[in-house]
Amino acid sequence: MRFWDGVSVSTQSVIQVKNLETTFFMKSGPFRAVNNISYEIGQGKTLGIVGESGCGKSVTSFSLMQLIERPGKITNGQVILNGKDLLKLSEDEMQTVRGGEMAMIFQEPMTALNPVLTIGYQIDEQILRHKKVSPQEAKERSIEMLKLVGIPSPEDRYSNYPHQLSGGMRQRAMIAMALSCNPSFLIADEPTTALDVTIQAQILELIQTIQEKLNMTVQFITHDLGVISEISDDVLVMYGGQACEKASTVEIFNNPKHPYTAALIKSRPTLGHRVQKLTTIEGTVPAPHELPKGCPFVNRCSRAKSECKDNRPPFIEVQPAHFVACFNPV
Amino acid sequence: MTTFILRRLIQTLVVIALLSYVCFYLMTLMPGDPVELMIQSNPKITSEDIVRLKQLYGLDQPAYKRYATWVSTIAQGDLGYSRTYRVPVGELMGPRLYNTFILSMLSLLISLAIALPMGIYSALNPGGKFDSFVNLFSFAGISIPSFWLALMLIIIFSVNLGWLPAGGTETVGMSDADYFTMIKDRGVYLILPILSLSIQQIGGFVRYARSAMLEAMRNDYIRTAKAKGLARNVIIWRHGFRNALIPLITIIALSFSTLFSGALLTETVFAYQGVGKLVYDSIIGNDYNVAMISFIISVSMVLLMNLVADILYGFADPRITFN
Repeated sequence: MRFWDGVSVSTQSVIQVKNLETTFFMKSGPFRAVNNISYEIGQGKTLGIVGESGCGKSVTSFSLMQLIERPGKITNGQVILNGKDLLKLSEDEMQTVRGGEMAMIFQEPMTALNPVLTIGYQIDEQILRHKKVSPQEAKERSIEMLKLVGIPSPEDRYSNYPHQLSGGMRQRAMIAMALSCNPSFLIADEPTTALDVTIQAQILELIQTIQEKLNMTVQFITHDLGVISEISDDVLVMYGGQACEKASTVEIFNNPKHPYTAALIKSRPTLGHRVQKLTTIEGTVPAPHELPKGCPFVNRCSRAKSECKDNRPPFIEVQPAHFVACFNPV
Repeated sequence: MTTFILRRLIQTLVVIALLSYVCFYLMTLMPGDPVELMIQSNPKITSEDIVRLKQLYGLDQPAYKRYATWVSTIAQGDLGYSRTYRVPVGELMGPRLYNTFILSMLSLLISLAIALPMGIYSALNPGGKFDSFVNLFSFAGISIPSFWLALMLIIIFSVNLGWLPAGGTETVGMSDADYFTMIKDRGVYLILPILSLSIQQIGGFVRYARSAMLEAMRNDYIRTAKAKGLARNVIIWRHGFRNALIPLITIIALSFSTLFSGALLTETVFAYQGVGKLVYDSIIGNDYNVAMISFIISVSMVLLMNLVADILYGFADPRITFN
């Protein structure tokens, strides 16, 4: 049995997160939005992070980018990107990483672009910041990127403002922007949530195609298990700021160990099975200051034992490459 | 764009014409008229005199006829006489408007130059020490009555310290001095009125600038800009301020519309020869010609600055088109 403490490090990982801890210092007291999370993603692989709203999946991504705003603070851990610890960098050094080696796309394409600047300007701006190129070369690269993400007549779109594009096109433009400096690591924070289903599928396909083309490493955040099953190699399930389970996608879906993961998978509607009522997980995610002392899921768990209340289950490997934090796994 | 501006200008002229009639009509509704004032000051006046005077001034005519007469003389470039000062309106108001313009323009520019950086800085560090100071200062600026502030400034800087004149516009007999000395002399008289006006205006502007910037910096695209690795300055100015500018344009443009209206209380306390007191006296004293011209100026400035704000919007916000 091996504890997941980040000691075992494979050399081909692009990103390693070790014991990451992000705390928000609120007036009511500090709370851990991200509690001792560790994972690594290999070159060209995709890790899907799943969880309900408020489970800390977005905070994890923002912590990696070091875009946590006051009163939040990264209080512990290491984030190693291509061998260098990002948490040891100064803000100036971090700025060269953001948008350069590591890029991020966001949930809301409608509001994530600046309404008063053209699409082209916003992409150029990023290229000029990270690459030593002339404005003309930046423009050429921007148009090339817009073409790559499948935006029709990219030369015209280059000088359009965000409001002149549809939601799907804006998300494509966001992706073009994020990829404009050839990042080795891309964080996609629910990039398809705000889009309608047909567009969702197109965007997912686009991300996958580009990932294969550029051999890029992706961290994909979503609450949609359907999306996860399509796009990721491995899955990390989070609950209450903690890691519940981590395994390959096939393993997670076929053999979930954590009661939370199992319940999540069970609550998905399946095609061809018309049911009276969908299975749900009783209760809601506990508020940060109400998190139980033991396992965060204890109040909603059907398999909870007395020890779950007081002790936090360690994140251990129960099968090769299958980690789970539970005293009474399924 | 040109059609838009032309159309709006024509609309503006129509509105000015309509409002001028409304103002004119309202003036006729005021109790008393110039002849009644004359009767009070001269007990020996006969009823024939009264009829004759009413005819002379046209006061026996209905309001719309008097308005027509007034408009036709205005159209000929004749602004009429001030009844109380017994000089042509242009001659009376010209220098006063100039004085008011100098005072308002300087205090407006100074206020903006101080308030915008203050508001932006405090929006970038909300809840900090500077922010608390700014909030306190702006609330004080908004709430302190202008006449009280003006009196305090006079007590401190003129009476106790003796640094600055307590009131007036320029030193008597300065007209012979050379240009530079004259400007310096006027400047000395301007300091206290400007200070008094600016403290109030800064209070208002700071709050607008702060909230506009706070609002802009909360947007998702600011997070995007950060995720792109842009430098803090670029994020603040190109992405934050550029968007905060849109709501600020209206506030700033509309505050320029009061440039010629005069600050009655401030001008009165500092005995500054501006247009504020003049307009007030003209309304009280039924001096129609002076009052009407100043109404027209005020109305036109508000409409004009609205138009300017609309045009500037088009430049600041690409989502607005002029069609």
